[in-house]
Amino acid sequence: MGKNLVSNHIRKLRFDHDEMTQQQLADKVGVTRQTIVALEKGSYSPSLELAFRIARFFDLPLEEVFLYRDNVEE
Amino acid sequence: MTYQEKKSIVSMVSVTIIFGSFCLYLYPQFPKDGLESLQTFRFWGSFVFSLIVVSMIANIIINIVFNIVYRITTGEKEPRFEDELDNIINLKATRNSFFVFILGFLLAMGSLIILQPSQLMFIILITSGFMSDVTGSVTRLYHYRKGV
Repeated sequence: MGKNLVSNHIRKLRFDHDEMTQQQLADKVGVTRQTIVALEKGSYSPSLELAFRIARFFDLPLEEVFLYRDNVEE
Repeated sequence: MTYQEKKSIVSMVSVTIIFGSFCLYLYPQFPKDGLESLQTFRFWGSFVFSLIVVSMIANIIINIVFNIVYRITTGEKEPRFEDELDNIINLKATRNSFFVFILGFLLAMGSLIILQPSQLMFIILITSGFMSDVTGSVTRLYHYRKGV
């Protein structure tokens, strides 16, 4: 299993959105709760389509929700 | 533990129990006469056929019971659809499962080449079918827990 280089701020953004639950976010972006759990744990890199759906839901640019590990280390 | 993880464990356990109890049930009916007799082929044919039918029915019942128990114990509804993560994990599970079955199939054919009794071929084929099913469930559980 390759190392996941994509991290995200989904957990923080959820809490900033009236402490939204994982299930509520999953329903809004059209995935199962399992996928939100995996994303928050950093064990799954979403497809570009899902990444855009999540960013648009939070009304933020993609780069403010998802980070590529190289950028973080820099 | 999420729905998918629990479902993988239930699937793994149920497949093992169904296969084990089915083998124990049919073991006394194993033909004692000639190893290559027509009766022997008939036995294995009916074994495979009835195992598939019994497994399908048992899996449907177990799935229904599991969903009811899940709803009662967690107060949540089971997911109604499969998303991109489920699809990726299912693909990996199918790949591993297929690999195990093909390995068993080659072993079974190999046993005929080295002039082993046809009984052995059937046993290897059926065992590899069971192992491939378990491999699929283990792969699903692994990826749901560790990610992809």
